[in-house]
Amino acid sequence: MSSAALLTAEGLTKRFGGVVAVEDCTFSVPTGTITALVGPNGSGKTTVFNLLTGYLRADAGTVAFAGRRIRRPDPIRLYRAGLTRTFQQARIFPELTLVENLVVAIQQPWRTIVCRAIGRDDRSRAFELLEEFGLVQLAELRAGSLSYGQKKLLEFATVLMAEPQLVLLDEPTAGVNPVMVAAIETRIRELNARGLTFLVVEHNMNLVMRLCDPVIVLDHGTKLAEGRPADVRNDARVLDAYLGA
Amino acid sequence: MRWITPGGLLRGGGVFGLLAAFPFVERTDWIVNIGVFTLMFAGLATAWNLFSGYTGYISLGQAAFFGIGAYATGITFEHISIGSGYRPFYALPLIGLAVALVSVPVAWVALRTRAMTFAIVTLMLLFIVQQLAFNLRSITHGSQGVAVPQPTFASNFDRPYYLAMLSVLALAMLICWYVRRSKLGLMLLGIREDEEKARGLGVRVTGAKLIAWALSVGLTAMIGGIWGYYLFYIYPESAVDPLVMIGAVLMAFLGGKGTLWGPMIGAFVLVPAQQWALTSYGATRLYLIAYAGVFVLVLLVLPRGIVPSLADLVSRRRFRATDRPDVRPTVERVAS
Repeated sequence: MSSAALLTAEGLTKRFGGVVAVEDCTFSVPTGTITALVGPNGSGKTTVFNLLTGYLRADAGTVAFAGRRIRRPDPIRLYRAGLTRTFQQARIFPELTLVENLVVAIQQPWRTIVCRAIGRDDRSRAFELLEEFGLVQLAELRAGSLSYGQKKLLEFATVLMAEPQLVLLDEPTAGVNPVMVAAIETRIRELNARGLTFLVVEHNMNLVMRLCDPVIVLDHGTKLAEGRPADVRNDARVLDAYLGA
Repeated sequence: MRWITPGGLLRGGGVFGLLAAFPFVERTDWIVNIGVFTLMFAGLATAWNLFSGYTGYISLGQAAFFGIGAYATGITFEHISIGSGYRPFYALPLIGLAVALVSVPVAWVALRTRAMTFAIVTLMLLFIVQQLAFNLRSITHGSQGVAVPQPTFASNFDRPYYLAMLSVLALAMLICWYVRRSKLGLMLLGIREDEEKARGLGVRVTGAKLIAWALSVGLTAMIGGIWGYYLFYIYPESAVDPLVMIGAVLMAFLGGKGTLWGPMIGAFVLVPAQQWALTSYGATRLYLIAYAGVFVLVLLVLPRGIVPSLADLVSRRRFRATDRPDVRPTVERVAS
């Protein structure tokens, strides 16, 4: 594991009216790791994701990615820089085919917008990923006809089209059957072995303990603990936050 | 998606060949006149579909640019001697281009809103343009309107307008077809399905929407230009008429928005029926009830429009006829 931070958040704060969703949150995601961001419901995990990827604007704090400070995080620029994300509820383009879903995610320079929607290279890259994710048989079907688990896989495959450096997965196994959970875990491990870094929000603590290192715990929008899975699991503050003990 | 299929080429060539032959075969003035109006609405619905059908942003303000196109033709006649006969038709691409360019900053502001708010903003735009047409008397002559010199065509009077409308419709269909098969089309459909998601995948959403908007507005203005020349007088009430736009939008919904042929089919079903009912039962106004009845029927029987509903029917039949691939997830299939 490399110790250099690929993503750093410093003092992130976000308020919605009188509610402080995230307060002075500082953490980093080391390059080459599968870092977990966990916490009870409403602890601010998804808000942190939205702040990091520019879907929400922070009231205070800074984000740095790949050694560069991002002044105003914007989803389009971050995606092009190599930071992608999935959503808590699988978000796909239901009326498009699986191949089209993937090809939309290829970075296109303006001069190519008049070119054929799916070029030969685009198709072969899309089929490569669909093969990897076991969806190749469904390549030409409407994405809306997939099961929820398959939609999760498709969304995961889609964010890999641009060959990112860091993928933020928001509850990748929520609402997914055990077979699909195993498949998603395998994919994450394989991609991580190839050098891809992950930041994962997840409620399935067994999966987190198996898969992630380090683990960051949020509670009420602030960082409660950070460290190796075993240390975090035994941290009294974490137990208190989760169990109210 | 294949770029050109023999079936598609045959379909397109056949339909437009028949439409081009129509005014040479049928010479009755009033029938060709209905043809002009049908093609006008087919063009407007197709141009509307290029932006609203592909992006999901429902614009109710395109009639503003239809009116601006009509006024642009009239004002050009007044200030620049472009001649009569067929020559004004050659100026249409320039009118379309100019109106499209002028509309881009307006769209850039309007597109900061979404869904119903965008529809209302564009509707307001229509009324603003109508008010400007009434009040900028030095340019538009207010409620007196702009007079366009009557051309002297040697042949059937309606035929040149019919062919001009057909040319713009063909151009609109060609652009829609090309856009749908291009990367721009894929970007637009991504925006329609989930704009936030598309942004998160690096799609330049604002640029893509503005290009689609400009193409749609340019075509709408060209149709407005022909219409202004056809009627000789351009008034604010008729040039910037919300009913024109609502009619075109309903036709696109009837045929199937977001499809290539849907808006044109919607216009070809509705306009002749509307014109026939108007001439037959116009005095009693009963035709309006029949018109509303058509929409109720479509909403009940074909809620997604004619083309998508028929496509669903065909694909369901094909699905029953073939074995569906085994798509059940297994660890081996998904993770190996």
